Amino acid sequence: MKSILVVDDSNTIRTLIKSVIEDIGSVDIFEASSGFEALKILPQHAFDLVVTDINMPDINGFELINFIKNHDRYKRIPVVFVSTERKDEDIKKGMSLGACAYLTKPFKADELVDTVRKALNI
Amino acid sequence: MKNSKKDFIVEAEEILENVNNALLELQNAFNPDTLNSVFRAVHTLKGLSGLFGFKVITDLSHALESILDDLRLGKIDISDEVIGFIFTNMDVLKNLIAQVADDKEADDVSDTIRAIEAFRKEAGSKNKDISIEDIGISPSVLKVLSGYEEHRLKSNVKEGHGIYIVKAVYNLAEFAPRLEALNALLKSLGELIATLPVSEGVPDGSIGFKLLLGSVSDVDALKSKIDSADIEVICPPRKESQKAAQIVSRTQDVSLKSTTNTVRVDIEKLDRILDTVSELVLAKGAVVRIGKELAENVGYSSLTLDVHKISQTLDRKLAELQDHILELRMVPFSQIFTRLVQVVRRYTRSVGKEIDVELFGEDTKIDKQMAEEIIDPLIHLIRNSIDHGIEPNEKRIADGKKEHGTVTLKAFPEGNKVIVTVQDDGAGLDTERILSKALEKKLVPENQVLEQKEVFDLIFLPGLSTKKEVSEVSGRGVGIDVKSDRGLGTTFVLTLPITLAIIKALIVVAANEKFAVPLTSISETFFVEAAGIQTIEGREVFERRGEMLPLLRVADVFKLENAPKDEYFAVSVGFGTRRIGLLVDDLLEQSEVVIRPLGEYLKDVRGLGGAAEIGKHEIVLVLDIESLIDESVSSKRKINRAALGI
Repeated sequence: MKSILVVDDSNTIRTLIKSVIEDIGSVDIFEASSGFEALKILPQHAFDLVVTDINMPDINGFELINFIKNHDRYKRIPVVFVSTERKDEDIKKGMSLGACAYLTKPFKADELVDTVRKALNI
Repeated sequence: MKNSKKDFIVEAEEILENVNNALLELQNAFNPDTLNSVFRAVHTLKGLSGLFGFKVITDLSHALESILDDLRLGKIDISDEVIGFIFTNMDVLKNLIAQVADDKEADDVSDTIRAIEAFRKEAGSKNKDISIEDIGISPSVLKVLSGYEEHRLKSNVKEGHGIYIVKAVYNLAEFAPRLEALNALLKSLGELIATLPVSEGVPDGSIGFKLLLGSVSDVDALKSKIDSADIEVICPPRKESQKAAQIVSRTQDVSLKSTTNTVRVDIEKLDRILDTVSELVLAKGAVVRIGKELAENVGYSSLTLDVHKISQTLDRKLAELQDHILELRMVPFSQIFTRLVQVVRRYTRSVGKEIDVELFGEDTKIDKQMAEEIIDPLIHLIRNSIDHGIEPNEKRIADGKKEHGTVTLKAFPEGNKVIVTVQDDGAGLDTERILSKALEKKLVPENQVLEQKEVFDLIFLPGLSTKKEVSEVSGRGVGIDVKSDRGLGTTFVLTLPITLAIIKALIVVAANEKFAVPLTSISETFFVEAAGIQTIEGREVFERRGEMLPLLRVADVFKLENAPKDEYFAVSVGFGTRRIGLLVDDLLEQSEVVIRPLGEYLKDVRGLGGAAEIGKHEIVLVLDIESLIDESVSSKRKINRAALGI
């Protein structure tokens, strides 16, 4: 069983991502509606993957990954961005902060499944 | 010197007035020409005051001129803030001029001038794109900012706000409420641009945050508000922006004294007040009635007299109130004329005729609503003149006329009416063409001999042009007439009630039904004996002062059963030569009525212009005089057709 944290301020997108990833099977999915919520949930479980949006109120996705990648306890958790930002500089920024993948919305279900499988090594 | 100072003041005040008007316009819609005119006006004031040696005014105008120059050259973006700022300073200028006029010593405005300079620099700097790297924030922070956060950071820098990083470390178990509290506090002090969670250099079981804050406060002010927080100053707030803010607010205090005393009001709000007044008029009617009943039943007791007195006061005050409100709704004809002239210009260009437009009576006042409703019919009449009235230039020259045709618009008051004429110096109405068109559309029977005037009247019939536009307003006491001389031109005469909101009407009775006839349409009322009614060419007429007045029985128009009587009343209605006599059973009273549109059910009934409420919540139908006059013409037609067996 893999634990995955999905962070997005849109309830619809979270539900969508969740339903796509659930199809992979044997995954346990947690949701956070903002970077701030993600920070609260992070210590509560041993996560195997974080899938996050970038533009969110309070703490954004870049700030979240930066925190994760610099934290001794979380830095090995792979992070996947799913964002509407499709500018090269945003993608570059996301990857340079340590993301393992950067998907742009609207994403294809297959694409997300492949990316998650790869990140989880399954 | 005294005299020339007076000249200066007159001109300076005029300039300020123009600038204020132009600024108001700019607030509504940006227009480079308007902006340029403001700039030029202030420039003129600067030169003028320099010439007269009023140095303070020169200096202040100069400062304002510079900011206007930047605005007009696009170095500063125009915004409500900028216009508001200029308004404020215009008022300072106005005060200075007032001081000169009163021979007082002029205020020291060096602070104001410095504020203008600071405002200008600050506003100008907004347009230079600043590089985010130059702000002085460490790359470790910059690398995690989203595009929007970068934009907010830049905006804060441009506005001269101080940029700070507030650091906080919280126990992991309880960070959420404490961070929320800090966020709320920071939002009250400025703009919380970004929240960065940090893990490095933070004890185990804790979480650190860097909060990027933009604020006008300086670091000491912040530290006094945020206790136990570590604040890093990235850049301090720009001093001049702080100072400018202070000075601006101070000059605003001064300017409050000298704001204009004009307000703009939506016409709907006036309508609502007028509605209330008309309801009060009805209530007043009830008071009058109660007074009468009291007098009849009780006699002239002190109570009766009191009621009588109060009803008179009510009457007077309501009339005053009504007059005041109606006056508020009045606009000068120049408003309509300006719009008409634009349409004429565009239209003449498109049809390739050159036409002069002459305007008279621009100051004549008319109800705003009436003005709006009359503009389309006027455009239609003018286009008619251009299309059919005014001949091509070559023909005009051949006929020995002035090369360019002229359309003359006149508006002048006449009693409680406004007369508007649209006159052209063209070929005049072509009676043959009108007649053949009318025959083609079967509007008149063949072989019918019509007088010239009757042919002219045909153009008002539905089916031939002109009518459609005018009929839309004709239900409300708007009348139309035409005069035409072959070869010399045509004149349309529109008679408009000064206001559409409340009209005076005569209440008449036909077949036991009450109807209201707009007073503006009535020329006279008289008594008719049934024996005196003659029938000529199937049309009932009555000889009145040697002329035959066509009659129309109101009861017949609405197919109401009415037993023949020996005597009738006739209400002579219409305008100019288009007149008929309405036969009714009785004349009741004059009443002020508010015309309401008819519901779906009666909307298409010809001859009705609306409904109105009179006394005791009784509804009467308002007659549409123009369509009744048409009815009279067409009834003649019908009768003739019957006679001809068509």
